[in-house]
Amino acid sequence: MENAIVAHDLTKHFGRFTAVDHITFRVPRGQIFGFLGPNGSGKTTTIRILLGLMKPTAGLAEVLGMDITRQPERVRAHLGYMSQRFSLYNDLTVIENLRFFGRAYGLHGDKLRAQIDFVLQMAGLVGRERQYARLLAGGWRQRLALGAAIMHTPQLVFLDEPTAGVDPVSRRMFWDLLYRLTSEGMTIFVTTHYMDEAEHCNQLAFIHNGHIIAEGTPSEIKERMMHGQVLELSPGDPARAVGLLRAAQSDGRLQADEVALYGLSVHVIGADIAGQQATILEMLRAEGIDPGLALLIPPSLEDVFIANVR
Amino acid sequence: MADASMIIETRALCRSFGATRAVDSLDLSIFRGEIFGLVGPDGAGKTTVLRMLAAILNPTAGHATVAGFDTVKKSEAIKAHLGYMSQQFSLYGDLSVLENMNFFADIFGIKRQARAGRIDRLLDFSRMRKFSARRAAQLSGGMQKKLGLACTLIHEPEILLLDEPTTGVDPVSRREFWDILTELHITGTTIVVSTPYMDEAERCSRVGLMYQGRLMVCDAPSRIRMMVDGELLAFRPENLQRAAALLNGQPGVLEIQTYGDLLHIFVDAAARRGPEIIERLAQAGLSCAGPWPAQPRMEEAFISLIGKQAGK
Repeated sequence: MENAIVAHDLTKHFGRFTAVDHITFRVPRGQIFGFLGPNGSGKTTTIRILLGLMKPTAGLAEVLGMDITRQPERVRAHLGYMSQRFSLYNDLTVIENLRFFGRAYGLHGDKLRAQIDFVLQMAGLVGRERQYARLLAGGWRQRLALGAAIMHTPQLVFLDEPTAGVDPVSRRMFWDLLYRLTSEGMTIFVTTHYMDEAEHCNQLAFIHNGHIIAEGTPSEIKERMMHGQVLELSPGDPARAVGLLRAAQSDGRLQADEVALYGLSVHVIGADIAGQQATILEMLRAEGIDPGLALLIPPSLEDVFIANVR
Repeated sequence: MADASMIIETRALCRSFGATRAVDSLDLSIFRGEIFGLVGPDGAGKTTVLRMLAAILNPTAGHATVAGFDTVKKSEAIKAHLGYMSQQFSLYGDLSVLENMNFFADIFGIKRQARAGRIDRLLDFSRMRKFSARRAAQLSGGMQKKLGLACTLIHEPEILLLDEPTTGVDPVSRREFWDILTELHITGTTIVVSTPYMDEAERCSRVGLMYQGRLMVCDAPSRIRMMVDGELLAFRPENLQRAAALLNGQPGVLEIQTYGDLLHIFVDAAARRGPEIIERLAQAGLSCAGPWPAQPRMEEAFISLIGKQAGK
């Protein structure tokens, strides 16, 4: 079996509201699959269907080679899930949490002890075994929650917004950990609305209003989905330059989707910005602003996403 | 103030909570009209700094002036010049968007004649007009933040302090929020914003990186990105994990990071190490596209700077 998940025409209605609308995608084994989209786009509903917690209105979901709607119990033994709110017991210590989740998954004796040791090592929690979960800083809590979710060595783990509120250094450690788990064969399905983070995933799907609007590796998505261009300027007076270009944008002299300030640089994003480059530079010069270096730069994933949902 | 263009200044500012030094000898200068980003991990002291600048928390030692007023001696005078949006900024869920704005106008003593026009402008400005009758509790997270910002702006402060205003907000709303901040910046408002998001740090005029209560570095984002050790190369090998394992410990390789289908490798000298890396992978039978020179990002600079700090 080369795919950990095959979703085909998956649809979920809540009354008259369509949360998930005929989505089709595959998640290859041993990969980190990023499922991206704004709040309310259908991400959590999709996870709940794939975990066998909710039946789809229509369509098929095959998880680890089995139909999740028919055999949810059998499949679930091989699944891990870490929710947005890091479902840990605050009044239990690190080791008590791991023991609790291990027992809940049916581990005991030597197997349980060995698995606790493995998770403590992997998550960098050695030396903190007796700390209460509530007293751990964000990054530690996050790694403990991940450790708890994989106590039963699942083949496939779902992480729902795992890094919300976690600092960059801990986030980096967390991603290193995810790469290590996939190199040992685990498949990871992660939702995030943090586009910076999406660049770390091997494969991505963008969901918006219940539809998948893009799928592929981060580079493929950037190549295929970004029809627009990003022009970066470093003008002498960036605030005034943005003001001028935004005024030109609103009265139609400049055809752009967006004029944004990035530090001391200005980004002009739109379908044909290269063709308007000379006009843009002239507009600034006419107002006595030195446009500085002008460069067409590669778009970020967030640029691509925003361009496609507008 | 020593410099007329300086609107916020702190000298050896300290704040302890019991034995914990939340903020440690902070010297900060923020210029009129800039967007200043306060960036750092959880617990670095960002919120404590903002609370001291908002004159709602006294320093243990040192001092701070905001708009020319000492934050301890003249704390009341500062409030007219300052809008502060805390992380737990509380709106009244049972009140509508418009009622919330009126409520904040009451608190700040905005007179009847000025009020209607100002609320009208803020509704447009924050793009909330369509929702003016909706109860705050029924707004999405992103809209609640925009309403919070509108309420913070009701007394037209010249300085805006925002504590992680976009945490938990989706990318479309996040970008819209920054669009609004840009509008404020164009009109000359000084904005101090804390964020754990490195891509947002890139949108600030200058950034202060905080770590363990101290200011590690303070400069324009483009200059901070240059502070990373080594040069960055991107590769696309056919097997990421095998390639990363093979290259670990290779001479001249400082750090390896995975980005989707790419490996980002920091090396001591790009011209020499690029071909060596391709050669090493070829010996092991792995084909690899690249190398391409890549620009280090704020996140990489930040991690590299913290690494140096921790190594000291």
